[in-house]
Amino acid sequence: MSHIKPENAGQLEEAVKWGLSQEESMEIIGSGSKQKLGRAVCADHLLDVSALTGITLYEPEELVLSARAGTSLIEIQEELAKNNQYMAFEPMDYGALLKGTPDAGTLGGMVACNLSGPRRLKAGAARDHFLGFSGVSGRGETFKSGGRVVKNVTGYDLMKLMAGSYGTLAVMSDITIKVLPAPLEEKSYVLYGLSDEQANRAMSVALNSSREVSSAAHIPQIISSKLSLEAEERAMTLLRLEGHGPSITYRTDKLTSLLTGFGKGSLIADPESRSLWQKLRDAEVLLKSEERSIWRISLPPAQGSAFIDSLKFNEQAEYYYDWAGGLIWLSLTGDHNASLLRGRLKSAGGHATLVRSATGIEDAESPQQPLEPGEYALMKRIKDNFDPKAILNPGRLYADL
Amino acid sequence: MKMPDPDQSIMAKRNEIAEALREIVPGEGVILSDRELQVYESDGLTAYRQPPLMAVLPQTVEQVSQVLTYCHAEGIKVVPRGSGTSLSGGALPLADAILLCMGKFNQIVEVDYDNRCAVVQPGVTNLGITKAVEGQGFYYAPDPSSQIACSIGGNVAENAGGVHCLKYGLTTNNLLGIEMVLIDGTVLRFGGKHLDSPGYDLLGLMTGSEGLLGVVTEVTVRILPKPETARALLLGFSSSESAGDCVAAIISEGIVPGGMEMMDKPAIEAAEAFVNAGYPLDVEALLIVELDGPQAEVDYLIDQVSAIAEKCGAITSRISQNEEERQLFWAGRKAAFPAVGRLTPDYYCMDGTIPRNKLPLVLKRMREMSEHYGLRVANVFHAGDGNLHPLIMYDANNPGELEKAEDFGSDILKLCVEVGGVLTGEHGVGVEKRDLMPEMFNEIDLKQQLRVKCAFDSKALLNPGKVFPELHRCAELGRMHIHKGKLPFPDIPRF
Repeated sequence: MSHIKPENAGQLEEAVKWGLSQEESMEIIGSGSKQKLGRAVCADHLLDVSALTGITLYEPEELVLSARAGTSLIEIQEELAKNNQYMAFEPMDYGALLKGTPDAGTLGGMVACNLSGPRRLKAGAARDHFLGFSGVSGRGETFKSGGRVVKNVTGYDLMKLMAGSYGTLAVMSDITIKVLPAPLEEKSYVLYGLSDEQANRAMSVALNSSREVSSAAHIPQIISSKLSLEAEERAMTLLRLEGHGPSITYRTDKLTSLLTGFGKGSLIADPESRSLWQKLRDAEVLLKSEERSIWRISLPPAQGSAFIDSLKFNEQAEYYYDWAGGLIWLSLTGDHNASLLRGRLKSAGGHATLVRSATGIEDAESPQQPLEPGEYALMKRIKDNFDPKAILNPGRLYADL
Repeated sequence: MKMPDPDQSIMAKRNEIAEALREIVPGEGVILSDRELQVYESDGLTAYRQPPLMAVLPQTVEQVSQVLTYCHAEGIKVVPRGSGTSLSGGALPLADAILLCMGKFNQIVEVDYDNRCAVVQPGVTNLGITKAVEGQGFYYAPDPSSQIACSIGGNVAENAGGVHCLKYGLTTNNLLGIEMVLIDGTVLRFGGKHLDSPGYDLLGLMTGSEGLLGVVTEVTVRILPKPETARALLLGFSSSESAGDCVAAIISEGIVPGGMEMMDKPAIEAAEAFVNAGYPLDVEALLIVELDGPQAEVDYLIDQVSAIAEKCGAITSRISQNEEERQLFWAGRKAAFPAVGRLTPDYYCMDGTIPRNKLPLVLKRMREMSEHYGLRVANVFHAGDGNLHPLIMYDANNPGELEKAEDFGSDILKLCVEVGGVLTGEHGVGVEKRDLMPEMFNEIDLKQQLRVKCAFDSKALLNPGKVFPELHRCAELGRMHIHKGKLPFPDIPRF
């Protein structure tokens, strides 16, 4: 196995061409922050894009940033912060969960895994902010799609195809994203002691109002006790309000009267609010559960608490809700829960992803939810058209993808 | 515009095909008469006309699947059509293709307020979704100007936009799921009421694929609570440069308005003459900036924008004092196309997107082109997201003038690409911009897109002749030219 580390887009193409000529596969890697996420790749070589770095274009008043795929997210976030801008979809950091130490990873990795945090509820996912790219397909050809403007319907939207493809179709060298003004302030409105079901309803009431709640999470007591927030031992339901000061004050008042039926709320201000949402974003609160598997379940938000209820665990399950109930982070002992979780999801709709296995991901069930045969066949045809010899991250998503 | 040569063997079998399709869609679901087919010979791009082989109007997903299965087996081309409002000829029929009209799929299947989504059939109009949910204080955000007529299925196919994209996104950012049928009759569902899906994002890929990949039979859209309030500012500037500076300054201050529209002098004059919106006539550029959201936020931001505008040299500045006045500010902008239509027998609406800061340059070059071609042009511009709609005025009765207008339009779009923009922001490539695709993409880029098509429709039966200037056989596209690489590549660091 060789470790190939191209230093520019031309070398990247050469490297893939060489792999193709040898019919030898390559595992694509940036910082390695998400290497343990999903299926493991058994490749002949390591294609390391971490030397493809640097912000190549940033025009704050145009809300656009381009950078090479291996650029670290931290570097990009720091540059954006200088202009009070940010990536609104709030990319999560899997480092803590998968490596035991924070590692936000690279721009390429973030896009390839389509990672988004709590604000995905309002601001959309990484894929919604992905404007254009250039990369090398498994055919060893450099191609591009999209551009640097938001409104663009010229040709197929291959950005959507690349986002969430885990590097199985092409290896990207250059990426352009939409950036946005960061809110000046944030506060979290908190309700205490609600049951899951009440919390699910409270979040729905808040989201269905015009109070512009940008994130909504419910943390059952078993998790909230770990958050070390003023030794809070009750369940917490958090509603995040962001923007200009007068607007937050106004909306807080409105929310207070809207939610009186759910008890008396209070406010968490910055910097506690920010740090709390970051912990939820990165699933840090599940960390101490080492010998447990961790699941990320996306489902219709109003079904969140009913889904948990239907599982009827025999054990003390650790979990919390994000996305107003539409995202459940769940930690369980052992690995053999896939059929239970996915079976229960059949009626609600949605999918369950095994983020971290208790026993080693190789032995576990398919980390990504299995697909319907027609859909899988279509995805396989797409894979074959981008990477006919299956040399890029083979088997990273599913056995044939 | 050259379309693929009609397949004479298919045209010769017309009656046989009609008979087979009537077995699937009985009654009046198959239209053959020349007179009735006239209705379908064109879409919103009326410069092109072509009656289809026949029109088929299925009512169920099963029928769509059977029609496509039959066409796939027999090698018959299919052009899908929603309401036929495409401005790029996306639903232009072909002489040897059936036109698959989805208008009978006009039901709202379900509104699920708890999950903030609506499940609708593709023939429901864009505005129809908002109408169905506004009683509960919700709306569907994307608002193309054809929203009263255009169907949501067509919106998915074209990734339709509107004036509120800057803040609320395009169609693609407001979809949760679709059901669709492949050309071989396979029915697939992507997404649902939840966010994100495992595997490749085929929902995202389908959106904006212009009817080339599949036929959408059901759509799940995100609905949003209506903003508490909305107010607008009307700002006049002595130059498009200072108006452009104002747009940049607003965004630099961290403000993302719900809508931000610009009009140039010819467009202002046309609109004012038509609807008397009270637009100032002594300005070169007019901005409409709309702030929406919670009352306190809107009040706060209106003052901020007002101050920014003053700094940028606005020579007129008005703030809407009530809903009626806000609507009036918009009335001129919304009527800009018909208003320009009053000044000229015909007009040609373009749709490029540019980086915002290139606007002064692009407007200047456009004025030069206008002189060169001897055709007037008025500009309306989604200033927030750089989407330009030049309206080229011409008279189709003057020989050669349509061609001149088309050449002018091509030059504008080439300019958009040259300054870092794109050929189309929201109208789609269709037939209109098909031959300009090489301006933006090289052969490898285009072939990779065509390979996506191969994965969905290897016989190239769905909406052929649109989007891509050249048709390649999938077998040819699949071939690889592998040069047996000899190590080493000395430049690449290896460990």
